[in-house]
Amino acid sequence: MQTAIGTDHLDFSVPEPRNALTSKLGSDTTTSWLRDMMLIREFEVRTMQAYQDRKIGGFCHVYIGQEAVAVGTIAALEKKDPLVTAYRDHGHALARGMDPKYCMAEMYGRIGGCAKGKGGSMHMFDRINNLYGGHGIVGAQTPLGAGLAFGTKYIDEVIEKGRSNRVTLCFLGDGALNQGAFHEALNLAGLLELPVIYIVENNGYSMGTAIHRGTTMADSICEKARGYGIRACEIDGMDVLNVYDAMKPLVDEVRETGRPAFVDMRTYRFKGHSMSDPRKYRPREEEEVYESGDPIAKLRDTLMSQGAIDDAGFKALGKEIRLEVRDAMKWAEASPAPTPEEELYRDVYVEAWGPYTGTTEPQMIKECEGTHGQDG
Amino acid sequence: MANLTLVQAINLALVQEMEKDDRVLILGEDVGLNGGVFRVTDGLFKRFGGDRIVDTPLAESGIIGTSIGLAMAGLRPVPEIQFEGFLGPAYDQICSHAARMRTRTRGAFTVPLTIRVPVGGGIHAPELHSDSPEAIYAHQPGLKVVMPASPYDAKGLLISAIRDPDPVIFFEPKRIYRAFREEVPEDEYTVPIGKARVVCEGDDLTIVSWGASVVQCMQAIERSSASIELIDMRTIYPFDIDAVEESVSKTGRCVIVHEAPRTCGFGAEIATQIMERCFLQLEAPVQRVAGFDTIMPYYKLENDYLPDADRIELAIQEIGAY
Ligand SMILES: Cc1ncc(C[n+]2csc(CCOP(=O)(O)OP(=O)(O)O)c2C)c(N)n1
Ligand SMILES: [Mg+2]
Repeated sequence: MQTAIGTDHLDFSVPEPRNALTSKLGSDTTTSWLRDMMLIREFEVRTMQAYQDRKIGGFCHVYIGQEAVAVGTIAALEKKDPLVTAYRDHGHALARGMDPKYCMAEMYGRIGGCAKGKGGSMHMFDRINNLYGGHGIVGAQTPLGAGLAFGTKYIDEVIEKGRSNRVTLCFLGDGALNQGAFHEALNLAGLLELPVIYIVENNGYSMGTAIHRGTTMADSICEKARGYGIRACEIDGMDVLNVYDAMKPLVDEVRETGRPAFVDMRTYRFKGHSMSDPRKYRPREEEEVYESGDPIAKLRDTLMSQGAIDDAGFKALGKEIRLEVRDAMKWAEASPAPTPEEELYRDVYVEAWGPYTGTTEPQMIKECEGTHGQDG
Repeated sequence: MANLTLVQAINLALVQEMEKDDRVLILGEDVGLNGGVFRVTDGLFKRFGGDRIVDTPLAESGIIGTSIGLAMAGLRPVPEIQFEGFLGPAYDQICSHAARMRTRTRGAFTVPLTIRVPVGGGIHAPELHSDSPEAIYAHQPGLKVVMPASPYDAKGLLISAIRDPDPVIFFEPKRIYRAFREEVPEDEYTVPIGKARVVCEGDDLTIVSWGASVVQCMQAIERSSASIELIDMRTIYPFDIDAVEESVSKTGRCVIVHEAPRTCGFGAEIATQIMERCFLQLEAPVQRVAGFDTIMPYYKLENDYLPDADRIELAIQEIGAY
């Protein structure tokens, strides 16, 4: 890895070898990660089917291939730590503990969704689990990440008069590296010393644009963060044990020092950018190389070699997850669609109906009488 | 003549302008190798190469700001923004620079720039991918705002926009990108910016609309027994108020239809000017059928939000009976 002159101190110490921490955790924990990753995978496979069956509308970006990133990083957090991400967000929502049925119902556009079916695939929010979205504008969540970290620090130190002890994780794609918002956010986080970790889920592509076609120093993007005085490191994101091993000390350190960090998390999306992507921009051979390093198979093999799970156990787990996701889909489908009378104006302002102007009742109720409901 | 969709008509306009004028170049996210998210620039990279079809980083402010620089340097950039919701990061460049450069420099520098942007709802997309912000840009002096509703107009208006010496936001209603075909001349031609089109003539009532809503207006007109004149504005700013005045003076009744939220939608400006110009000819208050004053909803409520033929029909009946 290249290191620019004068920025050596912004390197994190090389993470200890794989398994240094995870071997001490016990197989219950690591098996639960296998379960989490398998849940995300199954959820996404079924999401793709539902999209093709036109049960899900809007745009839909699945997380298949990147499961180890969300699961491994979130495992290194405490529940009180805020998390914010972009639109490829189902995996983060599930790894953070959102019930799959709320996540699925959101995509189905149903009232039972985590945002009453108003946000859809790109907008997963979960107050209880401190998930602050799901955001559709590429890079726009990065200043939010700085603000969330500023917020926890302010509350802990200024209001509670204690020590800052929460760490914000802000995920972004490699495409977001090129947005102005990202650079403003990093400068702010570095300058104000905010307890935030920026995790670039570097899957090598921004839609059809390979990273080296879209950004400078594509092989050493950590230098971008170091340019803002932020310490940075690369992590292999295709191996959940490795992700945790590298992330845990990093999270601990940021919690301790309150200073920001940056991770170039190397990963790969196995599927297209969204549901309508013929993937002409990358060779099939490249996909095969990554597919052979499937993070789920990798952990399964490790756990099997440790005797933590056997073939029958693995199959049983798979079945359990299939049922769980199937139930989530049934639940989503049974959840009613929002009605325009109840929902079209609601939640725009604090007043339930919003201060619509010029009419005494919502315009749409007057105009839509008897005409709505084409979409079931 | 060729039977083309709106997408194909735009593609053809781009090809012809690029062949004719090597100052014309295209910039945007995935516009080159991949031909654009809606495939509007399909085939252009092969034809004109990477020097003129520039795949940019994911950076709207950078794309538009760079295009402004290119335009000031004497070129004719035609940047693409993938969806109207992503104009946000570029807003500062558009309104603080592109729109004001001519005034700021007393004409010493100009910005002949055409920003192509898919616009509007109706494709089951989420928010930020379905908005209709034309009034926001029409409200910024110094910008021209165009929105074709047919393949023929799309080609002719885009050529006018590219040749226009001022910045033009060229909104492309994505709902009708491939909804229908139309005979489009293969030769180059222009449709003037600032001129409306009378889609069909009538005596009882005028409907004024633009973009994809024109299709819903036509459906409502087919259902109605009244003799209705339909005006497609084509250009939002500078807008053809003379065409509206002429029609409303004749019919005395007017319904304005647009997808954007009703309050401060561009219909409000047109209604005011009708009041100013046709007050004595009006038989009924001008009606607006518009999107509601709420965030464009996710797809389950999308059809409830968008003005449809039913709502237009209701307005026609109401104002006809006034
Ligand atoms: C401001 C903005 N511009 C463009 C888009 C359209 N868009 C959505 S995702 C995407 C690619 C993002 O790639 P990356 O950040 O690498 O994330 P990944 O899809 O790989 O997870 C683009 C161009 C958008 N959502 N927001
Ligand atoms: Mg990417």
